[in-house]
Amino acid sequence: MMRSEPRAVQLNEHGQLKHFLTLDGLDKTLLTEILDRAESFLSMGEQSVKKVPLLRGKTVVNLFFENSTRTRTTFELAAKRLSADVINLNIETSATSKGESLLDTLKNLEAMQSDMFIVRHSDSGSAHFIAEHCTPNIAIINAGDGRHAHPTQAMLDMLTIRRHKGGFEGLKVAIVGDILHSRVARSQLQALTTLGVSEVRLVGPKTLVPSFFAEMGATICHDLEAGLKDVDVIVMLRLQKERMKGALLPSESEFYRLYGLTVETLAWAKPDAIVMHPGPINRGVEISSEVADGKQSVILDQVTNGIAVRMAVMSMAMSGQLQSADSSAAGEEK
Amino acid sequence: MKLRIQNGRLIDPSQGIDTVTDLFIDNQKIVAIGHAPEGFDEAEILDASGLWVLPGLVDLAVSLREPGQTQKGSIATEGRAAVAGGVTTLICPPDTRPIVDTPAVAALIQDKADDAGMANVFPLGALTQGLEGAQLSNMVALTDAGCVALSNHRYPIASTKVLARALEYAATHDLLVVFHPDESSLSEGGCAHEGLVSTMHGLAGIPEEAETIALMRDLLLVEKTGVRAHFARLSCAKSVEMIANAKASGLDVTADVAVHNLLLNDQVLSRFDGQYHVLPPLRSDEDRLTLIEGIKAGVISAICSDHQPHEKMAKIAPFAATEPGMANVEILLPLAMQLMDEGDLDFSTVLTCLTSGPAGCFGLEAGSLSVGSFADFILFDSTARWVWSYETRKTKGHNSPYLEEEFVGRVMATYISGQRVYQVV
Repeated sequence: MMRSEPRAVQLNEHGQLKHFLTLDGLDKTLLTEILDRAESFLSMGEQSVKKVPLLRGKTVVNLFFENSTRTRTTFELAAKRLSADVINLNIETSATSKGESLLDTLKNLEAMQSDMFIVRHSDSGSAHFIAEHCTPNIAIINAGDGRHAHPTQAMLDMLTIRRHKGGFEGLKVAIVGDILHSRVARSQLQALTTLGVSEVRLVGPKTLVPSFFAEMGATICHDLEAGLKDVDVIVMLRLQKERMKGALLPSESEFYRLYGLTVETLAWAKPDAIVMHPGPINRGVEISSEVADGKQSVILDQVTNGIAVRMAVMSMAMSGQLQSADSSAAGEEK
Repeated sequence: MKLRIQNGRLIDPSQGIDTVTDLFIDNQKIVAIGHAPEGFDEAEILDASGLWVLPGLVDLAVSLREPGQTQKGSIATEGRAAVAGGVTTLICPPDTRPIVDTPAVAALIQDKADDAGMANVFPLGALTQGLEGAQLSNMVALTDAGCVALSNHRYPIASTKVLARALEYAATHDLLVVFHPDESSLSEGGCAHEGLVSTMHGLAGIPEEAETIALMRDLLLVEKTGVRAHFARLSCAKSVEMIANAKASGLDVTADVAVHNLLLNDQVLSRFDGQYHVLPPLRSDEDRLTLIEGIKAGVISAICSDHQPHEKMAKIAPFAATEPGMANVEILLPLAMQLMDEGDLDFSTVLTCLTSGPAGCFGLEAGSLSVGSFADFILFDSTARWVWSYETRKTKGHNSPYLEEEFVGRVMATYISGQRVYQVV
């Protein structure tokens, strides 16, 4: 079987989402639709009754092969606010376990007649793999696959930017830190480019910012001051301790000295620049407490927006699945 | 038994022959081309009108998976696949379980191959014991047991001192060493060519320096020790240049390339399809085109299938978790002929790289239809359109992106030492 590109797999014949695997190949209209729908859910979150029946009677499985508390919790909350039944599965994977167990796990969950899988896995392309190997009527939402993509995180970041900046046109955005290993940065870069910001800068040492990103439309900066100069949005990425062992960096303190976001370095950006971080933050490694807790920080807004964006994506994918099923049933009748 | 192959288009680049003529076989060998020798009045006649008569193919890399991994393939199944692909002589790598580091394993493989009665099988012996890169193998004993060359396969020899001594020892006994240039500290954990595609898709990259740094080290040691050397499965443009320079400076080295590295580039990885997970990885189009130039210039003298059969589950996983390799020996010739369709190579060059080219790298008496040679040949229908199907495939392997694809050109029958070992039914 020749596999199709993820971007083709995730859309039904009407061009609607039926899975949500990557932002690659999604156009501005669709991304804007996700943001608009998320906005409508946001206002709902402020009401005393926070539920809508869009996923009533549906079973959503949170399938996390990699640990994550925050992402899993916001997905769970999003599913519950859409009135779905939610099951959480944390499946520890050892380095030696291969696709056999993954496929077997999927087949078992399929047999339980689930409607949607929220998947996080340490291998790039795993969400796409699952979408291709599951029965077609199960919607797959990518909650992070290896270094490849984290599309809901990127969309909640876009919502946060739009709510604070009013739009994307003319914005300069800096993403700082470990770009190489970051699925968040890859998805953000795709979203920002599609939504039409004027510049995306990737900032970090050469060991963490491969030159190939320039071919994806980013500006590469190895100097923090040049990277932050006049930007409207700063995204700080989490720095994993393993990077020191892999000889990618000398030490946390040297990284902080060169690329850490502090009150002083933040001053290089525009005065009204917002500071984002996908979390969890390492205080004193990539960001100082003063900045993380300061008035330019929108880190907690991101979390709130995350629930709304995930509700939007889940409801859209489920309706795309149903539309796809309807038209294929209609096709059979003819 | 006397056999006359009549009226076929006989193409043999080793003799510069391309003409419709007759081939005469007696007592396992080719005895004449064109005019019947005496005593051929009673010979069995095989009408090859409309077919091409070609030397049997010589494939420098066919993993038989036996002993030790018979869930993936066996000497019998992969031997059948080889002859179905027109391969009459093959080299199998030493990475069986147990490893080919004792004469017993080398003998076992050859005995089983003889029993199967399929292609002529020549094992590679391990250069170091257990392929562990620490202690030298019993190279002379392995050679006496039938190993045609020694190799550490893709397993690293971390200590340059050990490598240098292994080469000195091999040179002492005039043994051929096969290198798979790979600096493992750079390739470790990688599954795709380091470039835009791997970066975009978050696949861990293997930089070209993993190959070229190792290749440079190996070339320097070959020069110093004077060992006979063959470089296997080149994948980078720069490697072609380095081999060309080495040859120009008088070093007697040869090189091969896997057919998929000539046909595909890393763009196909955007689908995360594990069928395209191979080592060395599919690289950029520039690399691919330079490898083809290397063939044209004679820097690379052999194209191999790099046949690596796997069970179905080995490829059903996210990309990085799949096992590397494709199982393409059955379609080696039509696949290699796709290089002509693009206008890149002429048939004579392709066929040379599948016959006398690889035979020359290893000093094998194969890949030629010259008088006196063993009658290893194939009958090829150059216009046949056929689908290589999952159902009728001969390999035990499930892993090829080409399964269920249509090909033009088909091996209709394969003969080894004048005996038919395969025929399309």
